[in-house]
Amino acid sequence: MDNLGIDVLFKGTNFIRLLQGLWVSVEISIVSVVISIILGLVVGALMTLEKMWLKVILKIYLEIVRIMPQMVLLFIVYFGTTRVFGWDVSAESAAIFVFSFWGIAEMGDLVRGSIKSIPKIQFESAFALGMDKKQTYFYIILPQTIRRLIPLSINLITRMIKTTSLVMMIGIVEVLKVAQQIIEANRKTSPNAAFGVFAVVFLLYFIVCWPISRLAVYLEKRWA
Amino acid sequence: MKNTFVKRLTSGLLVTGLLAASLTGCGGASDKAAGDDTTAQAAGSNAGYRTLDEIKESGTINIGVFSDKSPFGYVDENGEYAGYDVYFAERIGEDLGVDINYVSTEAANRIEYLQTGKVDIILANFTVTEERAQEVDFALPYMNVALGVVSPDDAVVESLDDLGADDEVIVISGTTAETYLTKNYPDIKLQKYDAYAEAKTAFENGNGVAWANDNTEVIAFAIENEGYTVGIPSLGDQDTIAPAVTKGNETLLTWLNDEIKTLGGEQFFHADYEETLLDTYGADYEDELVVEQ
Repeated sequence: MDNLGIDVLFKGTNFIRLLQGLWVSVEISIVSVVISIILGLVVGALMTLEKMWLKVILKIYLEIVRIMPQMVLLFIVYFGTTRVFGWDVSAESAAIFVFSFWGIAEMGDLVRGSIKSIPKIQFESAFALGMDKKQTYFYIILPQTIRRLIPLSINLITRMIKTTSLVMMIGIVEVLKVAQQIIEANRKTSPNAAFGVFAVVFLLYFIVCWPISRLAVYLEKRWA
Repeated sequence: MKNTFVKRLTSGLLVTGLLAASLTGCGGASDKAAGDDTTAQAAGSNAGYRTLDEIKESGTINIGVFSDKSPFGYVDENGEYAGYDVYFAERIGEDLGVDINYVSTEAANRIEYLQTGKVDIILANFTVTEERAQEVDFALPYMNVALGVVSPDDAVVESLDDLGADDEVIVISGTTAETYLTKNYPDIKLQKYDAYAEAKTAFENGNGVAWANDNTEVIAFAIENEGYTVGIPSLGDQDTIAPAVTKGNETLLTWLNDEIKTLGGEQFFHADYEETLLDTYGADYEDELVVEQ
């Protein structure tokens, strides 16, 4: 075990710091994911509306998110807004904003796809039963959409969690940054610490992401 | 913990909601978003930087340091910042009579941090270059860097002119060592590696007769690994490392320069070296690396 360098994690408060770093990542992810799911459902529904100007705006929004690397978005929101407008956005807010901005667009697109995949006959049957548009969406379309969405959105959510490692670029010390700090601080005494520490970080990410995918499996079965 | 979490969730929702609202065409929302985004800790009246008085008044100075570049700026096992740069930063805080808020910076965002005034001083092993001096203001230097060449004890390379036609020198791609050797010694064959670890392994396996890199790196390597000597400790142009402030922040720059001069009088940076760098670089290179005004 010694030469894997896991022992450096038990020096001083190292392991607690690593867990604090993990919480920072998880906190940013949870907040962004919750916002993305709620607003993504709204944006996705809007994307299916037959309004030309709305479609154009949402298309531009989605393309911006697709084209821009998250790192660039982080720099624009954190440094750019200060430079151009003089706003002093905190690093956490900037991170949550960027991840939500990204999540809403992709989630919206997934929702759009799921709604579109619902056969037309479902709408027609609902209308035939005398439901209005709102009722149709709420009672017929949305429940079916959500079931189709689960596996798709799990990919997005776990991707968002893993991408939070980028926030170190705007000064937030999250789990991966703490890992690098620990490895560097012990570069001389345990040169091989990188392997052990990153293995533990891998395990931590796994512990966070695995329950989400189990939950998805459970929900898929339950709602099937 | 829970309260801040909920607060962040609601503020995040609010901001994103406003964004979505403006995206979906509810005009007029953008002004409001501007108001909400600006947090309480607005940066003083001089958009861009805080003057010396503003820093003193606020009671806290924001200093950007590396958090994973031992022994210059790193975090020790108790979660405290430490290192050569941090030792100096601590003294700045003490002499200004303010608390220090350390900001963890990366090599790539040091200039951005200063230009947006998100930190007051960068003390992150910042090498003075002409290009950078156009973007930020450098104070007086507190350390020297140059290139160095390390080679095995049994065949020490003391001058690059001694190299034979078939001798290859190891460099890491994209470093100043590569640029310098390509420009000034076009005849020397270079073996280029992308990462430090690869170059190190190749050198240890004897793939090249010597390894050229920043002199701090090769000195540390020779001390950590038996059987190697730094034959050329200082090659090419001497560069310096200095604190940097936002361009135009005269009051802070003047104070920093005065501070560095005063500290020179008490040989502060030698004390700093002995406290933080001695273990890595040994006593032999102290005068080579430290600059006092």
